[in-house]
Amino acid sequence: MAEEQTLKRAFAEAPPAVLERRGGRGGDRSLWVDVLGASSVLAILFALYLALIWAPTEAVMGDIQRLFYFHVAAAWLALGPSFGVVAACSALYLWKKDLRFDRIASASAELGVMFTTITLVTGPIWARPIWGAYWTWDPRLTTTLVLWFIFVAYLMLRSAVDAGHKRARLSAVFGIVGWIDVPIVFMSIRWWRTIHPTVIASEGGGLAPDMRLALFVAIGAFTLLYAYLLVVRVRQEDLATRLDRVRHQLYLR
Amino acid sequence: MGFLGQAWTIAWKDILGELRTREMVFSMLLFGFLVILIFNFGIEPGLRDEALVKPGVLWAAFVFAGILGLNRSFSSEKENDCLQGLLLCPVDRAVIYLGKFLGNFVFVLAMSLAVLLFFSVLYNVDVIAVLPGLLVILGLATVGFSAVGTLFSAVSVGIKTRDVLLAILLFPVLVPVILAAAKSSAFVMNGEGLFAGGSWLAMLVVYDVVFLAVSVMVFDYVLEE
Repeated sequence: MAEEQTLKRAFAEAPPAVLERRGGRGGDRSLWVDVLGASSVLAILFALYLALIWAPTEAVMGDIQRLFYFHVAAAWLALGPSFGVVAACSALYLWKKDLRFDRIASASAELGVMFTTITLVTGPIWARPIWGAYWTWDPRLTTTLVLWFIFVAYLMLRSAVDAGHKRARLSAVFGIVGWIDVPIVFMSIRWWRTIHPTVIASEGGGLAPDMRLALFVAIGAFTLLYAYLLVVRVRQEDLATRLDRVRHQLYLR
Repeated sequence: MGFLGQAWTIAWKDILGELRTREMVFSMLLFGFLVILIFNFGIEPGLRDEALVKPGVLWAAFVFAGILGLNRSFSSEKENDCLQGLLLCPVDRAVIYLGKFLGNFVFVLAMSLAVLLFFSVLYNVDVIAVLPGLLVILGLATVGFSAVGTLFSAVSVGIKTRDVLLAILLFPVLVPVILAAAKSSAFVMNGEGLFAGGSWLAMLVVYDVVFLAVSVMVFDYVLEE
């Protein structure tokens, strides 16, 4: 409360220049973000319809198979874009020293943890009736679990260091090393026999056309959702940084 | 003085310090013994797959004990601002990394050899017969362990929760090393020879090369003060 009053007084006394928006980045709501948000909601609803109602029931597994559409979509985001963006933005930060890249990497890592968690939760729910066990030490399962640990470690590292360039540097180094490690983890675990179903193989896999459509819509919808959440989270971080800067300027005056 | 000579000077500084104080390797060693001891209570003697479990115990002991040494690697430089002095050395940052890496490599290897001896007695594994193979695996795995470990030790040095953070950062990234080393040493201990697990050895080599190279490249950013 006291801080709020101090801030109010400081704002009232501040010269206009301090309160001016700088660069406009991450400031006002913009139309395309709203459009992105709305379309991801519509896409998710459409994907739900396709997966739960429209797609045919799997002959052997029954309705539990419908989890698969979201399981694969989440796994795709976890293993593909989320971590890819973390690594790419980490490298860009080390190169350009622009904290905005650090904020994107951090937002993407948070989303990566979320999607990896969805993958790791939906998988065992499906596996229990189908494989007869919640968990097997299959390469894909184990790699996803290790990936989850790396993402969480990344966020732990971030939470242990104060915001700023030092945090950005350290987490960028870890993000890059972790990202390089994932394919090696996968290769190393792959030499055990795998029982995970291959649904999209080079020969087309074992998926009915209707199911494939539902799967691709689910993947598209989740990707839109990822993009929207990423934009929102980065804007939030941008605003927090701006607020910090304004607060700093007001107090220092 | 050449690149390697400079790195060795830094490593020798750590080794000399350790020889005089004897505080780190000894505690790593005891800790490794304790891990071996405690795992023993989790394994029923005469278990059908006992032979398969043993290498796992050995590598768990190496990793848990090794991380103690890594924790000290950079935090010991904090005393008396030694880290500042190290950074002020007129050498490339990569040399500092390699020096610390060499030091850690020597400590972890020394610890591992002693733990291996202890293990061989307690678990009735005749390591002398398979020693050359085990030494190759041990060497390769220790390179990978120390390469990533030294980098992360530097990452976590300025952080309050560094001890536990280092473990959280390091263990997931070390999965391929632990797996490949445990698997290939299982082949060796079963008398199938070093090259029965040839692809695991290749994995260790790939891991070592990749992470040594990456660490040398990114180390510059870690200690930028």
